[in-house]
Amino acid sequence: MTTDTSLVTRSHEENWLPIIELAVEEVFEMMVGCRVKVAAQSENKPNEEFTAMVGLAGALCGILAVCCDAKTAGEIAKRMLGDTADSQEQVADALGEICNMIAGNFKNKLSGSGDRCMLSVPTVISGGEYSFHSLADGTCLETVLLFEGAPIAVRLQLES
Amino acid sequence: MDKITALIVDDSSVMRKIVERSLRQAGIELEKVVEASNGAEALTALQSNVVDLILCDINMPVMDGLEFVRQAAKLEKAKGIPIVMITTEGSESHVVQALTAGARGYIRKPFTPDQVKEHVLPVLGKKQ
Repeated sequence: MTTDTSLVTRSHEENWLPIIELAVEEVFEMMVGCRVKVAAQSENKPNEEFTAMVGLAGALCGILAVCCDAKTAGEIAKRMLGDTADSQEQVADALGEICNMIAGNFKNKLSGSGDRCMLSVPTVISGGEYSFHSLADGTCLETVLLFEGAPIAVRLQLES
Repeated sequence: MDKITALIVDDSSVMRKIVERSLRQAGIELEKVVEASNGAEALTALQSNVVDLILCDINMPVMDGLEFVRQAAKLEKAKGIPIVMITTEGSESHVVQALTAGARGYIRKPFTPDQVKEHVLPVLGKKQ
């Protein structure tokens, strides 16, 4: 599905949250083999033990991040690989690829963005003892979805 | 269908396994799977392997998938080997660049095994 939301309407980027959520739902359904659903606002946010990030450059500048706890990251990797996801490296690789596909799927849903926005290769941080600071002012869109009842946060941090 | 050797090029080892599994689910019998994590490794792999099919990502470090397709087109050993791109890049310009460079198919991530079947069987000259 492609929306007709254009990059020229950056002023309406607060309306992009449903597009991000749709991008996440499609990636999980096709690549992980399970449905995720948007969490109620009262749901807890995840313990961010794994954070995968993909940079966006060009018409959209910023970072898309996917965060979850270690158990959830391991479960996602197992679902993607079968029961062979037995190393932290494979878990990080799987979460990085999920983040990459969400970023690409989101970008492809914004009409006109495909040619004018580039994605970096994914980076994955394991361990929760860090804080994220962006030097640029901008917008942060965040949603929490439930995977097998466990929360996964997806955050789009855009430079203004 | 005869068994084939596939070269799968992606910087994610998880994605390489998923692509391999999708090929098997599409009913393609694999005699051998050769893996490469970027275009440069794939060019090296082509020198020492006889390959029937190449599936290639675009965004990779060292050498990206589009450059790999351009370089492979110049290699005598790669002549006639169908290349199908599997990538998160969904723009029309990427599709045009890939097909112009010599790719025969284009699959956008995320994908289903059915989509792999739909795009790969025709380039192998097989009916779905």
